[in-house]
Amino acid sequence: MELTVLNEEQSPSTEGGCSASACGSSDDQLAHLSDEIKQKVHNHPCYSEDAHHYFARMHVAVAPACNIQCHYCNRKYDCANESRPGVVSELLTPDQAVKKTKAVAANIPQMTVLGIAGPGDPLANLDRTFETFRRLSAEAPDIKLCVSTNGLALPDAVEELAKHNIDHVTITINTVDPEIGAKIYPWIYWNNRRIRGKKAAKILIERQQKGLEMLVERGILVKVNSVMIPGVNDEHLKEVSRIVKQKGAFLHNVMPLIAEAEHGTFYGVMGQRGPSNEELMDLQDACSGDMNMMRHCRQCRADAVGLLGEDRGDEFTIDKIEAMDIDYDAAMKKRAIIHQGIEEELAEKEKRRAALAAVKVPSGPAVDNKHFRPVLMAVATSGGGMINQHFGHATEFLIYEASRDGVRFISHRKVDQYCIGDDSCGEKESALAGSIRALTGCEVVLCSKIGFEPWGLLEEAGIAPNGEHAMEPIEEAVMDVYEEMIKTGKLDEAKSEDSQMTA
Amino acid sequence: MSLSIIESCVNCWACLDVCPSDAIYDAKPHFMIDAKKCTECEGDHADPQCASICPIEGAILDAAGEAVNPAGSLTGIPPEMMEKAMAEIQAR
Repeated sequence: MELTVLNEEQSPSTEGGCSASACGSSDDQLAHLSDEIKQKVHNHPCYSEDAHHYFARMHVAVAPACNIQCHYCNRKYDCANESRPGVVSELLTPDQAVKKTKAVAANIPQMTVLGIAGPGDPLANLDRTFETFRRLSAEAPDIKLCVSTNGLALPDAVEELAKHNIDHVTITINTVDPEIGAKIYPWIYWNNRRIRGKKAAKILIERQQKGLEMLVERGILVKVNSVMIPGVNDEHLKEVSRIVKQKGAFLHNVMPLIAEAEHGTFYGVMGQRGPSNEELMDLQDACSGDMNMMRHCRQCRADAVGLLGEDRGDEFTIDKIEAMDIDYDAAMKKRAIIHQGIEEELAEKEKRRAALAAVKVPSGPAVDNKHFRPVLMAVATSGGGMINQHFGHATEFLIYEASRDGVRFISHRKVDQYCIGDDSCGEKESALAGSIRALTGCEVVLCSKIGFEPWGLLEEAGIAPNGEHAMEPIEEAVMDVYEEMIKTGKLDEAKSEDSQMTA
Repeated sequence: MSLSIIESCVNCWACLDVCPSDAIYDAKPHFMIDAKKCTECEGDHADPQCASICPIEGAILDAAGEAVNPAGSLTGIPPEMMEKAMAEIQAR
């Protein structure tokens, strides 16, 4: 099969973000999807920005083997303290995975989704992966199943995936150009040979694209993950985004490269840098257009358990689950009631948001028809869509953009766990300096409370601390603050120098 | 005639699944090859399968004790080119 994805007819690239339908309705990333797809993803924490505050997910690590090498991955995955994809604490047999899934579902009833994401490639571990899916679809039918893959083995697995009623597949597609691919993938294992360089990348790319097309044909939802690697595929990802969207992927998730030397990956050891927050945000904006961009991905471990951004894996080790006695039928009933409650809360939130969208139509006196620049605001939250976290306790901030078009979720930015940025951003920095760095480009930070010292430092950095909206819903508070900035003339001034984005 | 696995193995299971002779087993602290069963894939494949999928340079030795995947063979960067490659990557 010849690769036809490059140099095809291409629509002109949309610079600088939202051009059409997907934008404007607050941060609803799923706005342009068909009702059928919305129904499928509305309670999937990884696909819906709203849902991820309420619903939880888990990964079971039944898939250790891999059929390719990526330069951002280290096959020595046995690590308890790192939070990144491809890392797990203990491998599970399919039987243990089924037990663990039921134990988590019974104890964390908000858990709606079970994924197999590694630590290797799930489709390079077909027997283990499919036995797990087969048993779960029979024994725990109220759990959604999904899988992620590098795509090499995907075309051969599509039939089987369709059989197990897996309606979500994530393919990691970092490039559609073998030249670039050779800089990301040193080799693949294909037809019983190790194949290297451009030839390997070309095969991988063809298989990924073919797999994507086959899944779309069968109505299986496809999300595409891409790792943004500065100087390698950063510009190119705009083209990838366009192509995968054309082919029917419903969501594109551009994630920053994680490459710390201590992780022992090729990129980490060689000193390949990851993107800055601003570079990532700019690329995500450039890739968006009509395409749904995913902006709340937490790049979780291959054995993560709980809400996105949290990991309760320690509560469900093999020892502990073996000791649990789970009555899954009873658990299913309880789960159904809790899910119903969450659905109602989400519907209520959607209603409030619609009301908010109606209010913000420019109609006020002095501000009519005047253009005000959008403002980035950071929010400290421990979940539930509320401003409910102390500034000093935040390990990540959610970044929102307020404009006259509404409030849009942009991304989350981590503070402590690892640092995305240049060499000066290391352990030597205090946690506070790290927090302030994570807020680069923001003009306001909303939190439930904040100490005296950070208050001063934030102001120095041109970021206004704000604790006045504690315990309020995020989007409404962000809009209130924005309106306040307009009223007090803050947006008549140029943005302060300190808070200008730095590359 | 047999390949062997040494302590740099990371127990990733890839080799176990592709061995046509069922010669590889999950052992502690690392996977092992049963020398009585290993055929080096002769008659089955052009290349020994474990060594074709192993992600760790130097982890699999041939019958003479030489690394089947020597340093630089999997990253694609021979040791003498390391410095240059590193400078190139760090300039990105």
